[in-house]
Formats: sequence, structure tokens, C-alpha cells
Amino acid sequence: MQKSEYQDCRQKKPRFIPWLALVLALALLPIIGIIKGNFLSHVLVMILLNASMAQAWNIIGGYAGQISFGHSVFFGIGAYGAAYAVTTLKITPYPGMIVGALIACVVALIIGYPTFRLKGHYFAIATFAIVEVFNRLFMIWDTVGGAIGLDYPILKDGWRNFTWSRTKVGYYYGALILFVLIFSIVRTMEHAKFGYYLKAIREGQETAESLGVNSRRYKLLAMALSAAMAAFCGAFFAQYNYRVDPSMVLSLDMSMKFVLITILGGIGTLWGPLLGAAILIPLQEYTRAYLARLGPGIDLIIFGIIIILMMEFQPRGLMGILENLRKPSHALVKRSNTNSVQNNRLKGHLGGKQ
Amino acid sequence: MSALLEIRNVTMKFGELVADRDVSFNVEAGTICGLIGPNGAGKTTLFNCIAGYYKPSKGEIFFKGNRISGLPPHEITKLGIARTFQVVKPLKEMSVLDNIMVGAFLHHSRASEARKIAQYCLSLCFLEDFGDKPAGELPIGSKKRLEIARALATEPSLLLLDESISGLTSTEIHEMLEMIRRLRDKGITILMVEHIMEAIMPLANTIVVLSHGEKIAEGQPQSIVHNQEVITAYLGEKFVKKMNMQNQIMLTDAGDKKGDTP
Repeated sequence: MQKSEYQDCRQKKPRFIPWLALVLALALLPIIGIIKGNFLSHVLVMILLNASMAQAWNIIGGYAGQISFGHSVFFGIGAYGAAYAVTTLKITPYPGMIVGALIACVVALIIGYPTFRLKGHYFAIATFAIVEVFNRLFMIWDTVGGAIGLDYPILKDGWRNFTWSRTKVGYYYGALILFVLIFSIVRTMEHAKFGYYLKAIREGQETAESLGVNSRRYKLLAMALSAAMAAFCGAFFAQYNYRVDPSMVLSLDMSMKFVLITILGGIGTLWGPLLGAAILIPLQEYTRAYLARLGPGIDLIIFGIIIILMMEFQPRGLMGILENLRKPSHALVKRSNTNSVQNNRLKGHLGGKQ
Repeated sequence: MSALLEIRNVTMKFGELVADRDVSFNVEAGTICGLIGPNGAGKTTLFNCIAGYYKPSKGEIFFKGNRISGLPPHEITKLGIARTFQVVKPLKEMSVLDNIMVGAFLHHSRASEARKIAQYCLSLCFLEDFGDKPAGELPIGSKKRLEIARALATEPSLLLLDESISGLTSTEIHEMLEMIRRLRDKGITILMVEHIMEAIMPLANTIVVLSHGEKIAEGQPQSIVHNQEVITAYLGEKFVKKMNMQNQIMLTDAGDKKGDTP
């Protein structure tokens, strides 16, 4: 086969250098001293955390196209796992985080197993329901503090306890690790069999099955992975806030955050969750800080307006806008080229035949 | 000795509606078998039974001697039966190459290998120039070829083509026929549903005719064209009488000059 003909279908490999540069830049931020102020570092921690949360959701919601409104449950289980380990068992949060992630997987499979067989919106509805179920459950469950929740004792700073009381730099690196972990997974997945299969299921389950994809199995795998990652984020959240209670983590508000950040940034794209979080979190934190006198929830009002505008004008989110900026003229030229090439080649082929 | 695909007494009912009644036939390895019949004859239903989308109400289907009726679609694809859809179903947001890669991943877990297979299938189906275009933007002829390319990427031994020719321009039809012939020469057995007679006659080794869910004829294309029952099923009794009076056979009103001279 002539190799030159294939040059057109570029090898779409994940580019490593920009990714490495981004991670290094983020890692160097505190050293350069840019994030001295505690509020700014709080905002950066929240951006990284929320980007990770949104990316976790993106696996099942964006790539596999199964919209879940239940991710606050997995998030909450992770948070309670870490908090329970620290406050009640008096150990480090890490085992609690792992166990929390495993339980989140199991819950995800229990929801997914019956609903992934059905077509339509049953999965989304079921995920809606479990948020309420888990909220009430944790409200009345005394072992985990009921409605009061779990308050952390005073602990020594450091990685062992995942606790830093003076600066937020420790948390910043913690969030960065979380971010790198989840984004690396999705980055690898995107160009591997798993990612292709998830996208195929999203674009057409029947087609995917005709190509040998066991759609239910892959959806369950995606759901479990997504839930475990959300649980890790939850564990971080509990450590960061130094406490956890049901309304903090197990709420529809929290679930919507997973969904909306991803939609704003660009659903089913690698960088969408980061973009969405980078826009939304500063907006949320700064409006809370500076416009608080206008009343509570002002950030949510602005947030809502942005989402409505986005849905109206660019459903593919910020990534869609960026793509349009990058290649409108370029795309036109290319299209007309390929058409004429195709026509010529067809003519040549048929000419030879007749 | 046994055929590649054996369909034994397959009946498919939807409630009380019988889409296929007691259909049996074999597809021999290395041949092109055409499945024809008027609209609503149960061709696509039979296809869906073979590909695992429906479980036959009665009867069994064997592939390479193994029973496959009742298996889910993805299992059947793994065994080596790939299908295309009558109403094309491109994975719209994915590029053409990525579409085909999904098929190639069945037997090749590594992306680089899958890409190689996909590029080969791309060229087999004359789609090289569309590789990184979103599949949703292709014109219909190319979408039909994409269906085939994608199915090919799963490396099937039996390819089920559901009306891959209908809806194409005459240029596209010629190209498609050429492509199908090429696939057979590569050793892929083909079972194709079609109702454009002129297209399938010169191509198929055997033809099975369904009408109202029942098999009414089976044989070589020449014998099918002259089969009284088939002509009746397609054109109605009145027309057959009139035609007999004029002592003229063949589907003159279909309009292709070389359709009846395979």
C-alpha cells in the first residue's frame, strides 16, 4: 500500500509534552510564590479539585454518554470513608479513602446493573433517586454522626494525616496529585480501546454491539471507574474541610456541580472539565467573597445564566468555542480539497473499469 | 461438509404477527448469497435473527457448526459474523477512521494495530480521503461504504449486508458491486439483502427469495428470474398474466440494460 495516502489520517496520539508542561507549571506555582495569599491558594485548590471531580464524571457522563446525577453519592462515600477512618478509627485517611472508593464502586454497579439494560433515561432517573436515599441514610445513621456529621480532631500537619493548618500548599499538592491521577487515566483511556468503546456506545449502542462491544459490561466498568475517582475526590474534600456532614456532600447541588462544570467546559473532552472548573470556581469563590451582601446564592444565579447561554449558543461548551476559533477558514479549504480529490479518484477508478 | 451458515426452520413472531415462517437455507463458504423479496417479506427480520438482535421464536441458526441463535449481538460478532445496517448508523461525532477502529479493536487491543487494520479497511472501501472527517458529515454513498468498512474491521468470515446498494446513484452502485466482488475474492462469505434485482443477479451465486415471511424459491440467479412464483410475488398475478400473453419475461420496467444477462 502506498504510505503517502495515509498521511492524511494523522496518527492521533496523545501529545505528551504539553501535558508534562502543564503539570510542571502547576507543580511550580507554589515554589515561585505566586500562591502566597491563602484565598488565592484556596481558589486554586478548588479549581484542581473540581476539575478532577468533573473529569471523574466525564468518564461515564461524557465519554460513555450516560448522564448520572448521583455522583455526590460516590463523592460522599469517599468523604465519609476518609473521615470515619480519621475520627473514629483514629488511623490515617488513606485506608478509608480506598475502602470508600471500593464501596462507591459497588454502589455504582448496583445502580448500573439493572438500569443499563434499559434504553432511555432510566439510568439518569435511578441516579437521581439514590442521592435522596443516601442523604436520608446518613442523616439518621449514628455511627457516622447522623445529621451532625464527623468533626476532625486536631492532628499533626503533614502527609501522614493529610492535614495542613498553616498554609494550603500541602492541600494544593494533594489536589494536584488527584488531578494528575484522574486526568492521566482519562488521557490514556481516550486513545485506547476502552475510550473508543465508550464513545461508540455513546454514539450508537446498536452499532457498537454490531462491532462486538459488550455495551453493558463497558458501561459498568466506566461507571465503577468514575465512581471510584469521585470517591477519591470526596476523601480529599473531607480532609480539606476538616469535617463532613450529609448536606455538605450528599446533595443534588453537589451532584449538579459534577454535571455542570463538565457541560460548561465541554462534555466528552479531555480538557473540558479543567476549563469549566477554571472559569466557574473563581467566579463562584469571588462572587461569594465580594458580592455576598447581595444575598446568598448569587454565584448560583450567575452560574445558571452562564449555563443557559452556553446551551443556547454552544452546546459543546468552552471546548466547542475554542475549536471554532481555531479552524473555521482552515476547515473550509480542507473540505473542498478532499471532495475534489475523492471525485478524481472515483473517476479514475471507474474509468479503468468501463 | 456442512455449510458456513445454516438456518433451520426459523420462525420469528412479534406477538401474533409472523415475520418469518419456517425459513431454512444454507450459505456455503466463499459464496455470495442474495436474500431478496418484496417489502415486508421478512428479510431484515431474518438478518436481525442471524446477527443476534432478535431471538428466533422457533428454529435454530448454526454458524461453523455451532448454534448461535439466542446469543447476544456482540458474541456473534466475536464468532465472525459482521453486519451492516439498512438505515446507516455512523458513530457521528467520531471520525471515519475512529469508526472503523472501533471494529478493529475486537481482535486487536492495541491502538496502533487497530489503526493499521482500520486504514487497510478504509482503503478497501475507497474512504481514504475521508479518514479524519466526522462520520456524520459523509454523503450517503460513503456512509454505506463506511458501514461495510467498519464491519470488515472486525475480520468476519461472514458479512451480512443489509441493502447496501439501495439509495445509491448508478456510479456508486457500480463501485459498491466491485467492492463486494473484491471482498468475496478475499474469501469473505457474503449474505446480502437487496431488492434491486439488477444489482444482485450478476453478483450472487445463489439467491433465496422470501415473500410474506416464507421462502418461496432458492437457487441460481438464472433459475430465480424465470421462477413463476417469484415473478408473481414481485409483480402481482395480473401482470404475470399479461406478461405471459406477450410471452415476454423479465423486469423490463426496472430499466437497466444488462440486468438479465449475468
